Amino acid sequence: MWMIELPPFIPFFLGAIIAAFTRGLLRKIVMILIPILGALHLSLVPDGLHLQFTLMGYQIVPYRVDKLSLIFGYIFHIAAFIGIVYALHVKNTLEQLAALLYAGSALGAAFAGDLLTLFIFWELLAFTSVFLIWARQTHNSYTAGMRYLIIQVLSGVLLLVGAIFYAGEHNSLAFNYIGLDGIASWLIFIALGIKCAFPIAHNWLTDAYPEASATGTVFLSAFTTKVAVYALARAYPGTELLVYIGATMACFPIFFAVIENDLRRVLAYSLINQVGFMVVGIGIGTALAVNGAVAHAFNDVIFKGLLFMSMGAVLHMTGKINGSELGGLYKTMPKTTLLCIIGAASISAFPLFSGFVSKSMVMTAAINEGYSWVWLILLFASAGVFHHAGIKIPYFAFFAHDSGIRASDPPKNMLAAMAIAAALCIGIGIYPQGLYALLPFETNYSAYDVTHVLAQTQLLFFSALAFVWLSLRGLYPPELPSTNLDVDWLYRRAIPTVLERLFAHIWQIDRRLRLKAQAVLNSCIHYFDRKNSLLNGVFSPNYPAGGMAIWLAIVLAFYLLLSFTSH
Amino acid sequence: MAKEPKHLFDNPNNVKRLLSAFYLCCALLLIIDFFVHRHISHSWENLLGFYPLYGFVGCVLLVFVATWLRTLLMRSEDYYQAEQNHTETDSSLPAKKIGAKHVDD
Repeated sequence: MWMIELPPFIPFFLGAIIAAFTRGLLRKIVMILIPILGALHLSLVPDGLHLQFTLMGYQIVPYRVDKLSLIFGYIFHIAAFIGIVYALHVKNTLEQLAALLYAGSALGAAFAGDLLTLFIFWELLAFTSVFLIWARQTHNSYTAGMRYLIIQVLSGVLLLVGAIFYAGEHNSLAFNYIGLDGIASWLIFIALGIKCAFPIAHNWLTDAYPEASATGTVFLSAFTTKVAVYALARAYPGTELLVYIGATMACFPIFFAVIENDLRRVLAYSLINQVGFMVVGIGIGTALAVNGAVAHAFNDVIFKGLLFMSMGAVLHMTGKINGSELGGLYKTMPKTTLLCIIGAASISAFPLFSGFVSKSMVMTAAINEGYSWVWLILLFASAGVFHHAGIKIPYFAFFAHDSGIRASDPPKNMLAAMAIAAALCIGIGIYPQGLYALLPFETNYSAYDVTHVLAQTQLLFFSALAFVWLSLRGLYPPELPSTNLDVDWLYRRAIPTVLERLFAHIWQIDRRLRLKAQAVLNSCIHYFDRKNSLLNGVFSPNYPAGGMAIWLAIVLAFYLLLSFTSH
Repeated sequence: MAKEPKHLFDNPNNVKRLLSAFYLCCALLLIIDFFVHRHISHSWENLLGFYPLYGFVGCVLLVFVATWLRTLLMRSEDYYQAEQNHTETDSSLPAKKIGAKHVDD
């Protein structure tokens, strides 16, 4: 049964090689078959399978299967499949290969049983995904991609250093529960935190994702942050600090999302907001909370993917993505509009949509464990996410004022991918037991009781009422062409400016020192020159040293000749 | 353009109907609160209309704070590009200040 011992990243990496040497229809078939065959293969794998060998006295486990890694394995296959169908019309070979390798790297990381393997896939995630950003082929995407790459590689380096320290402390590289104690655990925690878009370290996401190609962002939204969530769920469940970090993540991006003009950047902010819910769940650490976090990660991959796909379709068909330039697209893009609204309802956690069945698990866990304030913050974040992702995205793209753009619905493959995602959103919302059965812990949780449904519906309807009221009163901030400052201002503007000034001073001092040294040197040369010209002898008018050497050589040669002849 | 068919929300009456239906739903949800018994996990939930109030006030506050944030955070669309162009034109000109550039540049 060698097939079963094949780690799930292998089909994707092999598939990328095959796709590189095929063209046209054949390549499309290969690309679609990869995630399907991979998922079939994964469904046959028995729980608890290990693949391990020893390297320099450490156990290396490149393939470890348990319930936690399996559910991420499934969702990564689904995301890859949807993304590939969505990008089927793309003719850019590099982008297609990058997408396959990127999905494979995410799978490699999800099934890594040791820190070294995790590190390798961690870095591969960065190096493969950056090509999806550069595939947009604009100056902005190039510079954003560079910033993205630097931050991602930094996270990888921290992970590597942490892993080395960890090996020193525990004499093992096993990737299991780590918990916050000692320098190694902190280094690994920060490395995971950067990829997970913790506050302050979050800006790579909102900077780079909206600059990627229409198809690339769909892949990007699925893998990197979810791998980080998986790693946190594996190594740091029950770390209380995560509850507060997660609550901050759920809360602050919604303010940015309300005033952001680029609709894909709005979605990037709401991606951080959703990851915040997962981080809170992991921080609480009870079976229900971790289940909720994992289930929410599963659903988020699908509904966030759906939203990015619908905005990608808008970008693909109109060439525009700013809220200030769009509007009224429902007239000619009715299918995209409907699919986008399904995604919006899912992320807003409307009952009967997928977000509801997982977000309520985290909320219930928060209140059960006595985190009342965190629960209130999450409730506010739930209302906020509906406000910006649930209403703002569909409203400003498809309704609002008529922009006069008459773009038609996108190509069939894009619609098909969105339809699959939408079907999954509704399917999971109506029949959550299917998802619950895959969760890492046994659960008897039921999302559909009167209390939950009524509370959530009231919350959402009155959030919508607030939007309607603000819009009718003209109090809602209009979409304006603008750049909003975020943490990236520090490294794109403040630090470069400070460094520029600092170096200007340093160069000035350096220049003065050089001039001074040059003057001293010059005066020395003049001094010797004058002495030379005073001597003005046969040997030293213009090139004293060289002349001297030649005359010396002639004298010695003459002497040598004499010594030969004298014998 | 003259031949373009009338769309759903081109008719202001349809917008009005949609809004009326929405207001009705909101009112119904508020009324249900008086009749449905729910399991309480937090003392605030005892307040009648806690969730509707929290959702409404939360969102209004969110928008007001975000609008205020614009005064702090909003810059022109080409804020970062402008900087690049600025330095690019700078480098094409002779250095204005002595020592503004490295002597080896």
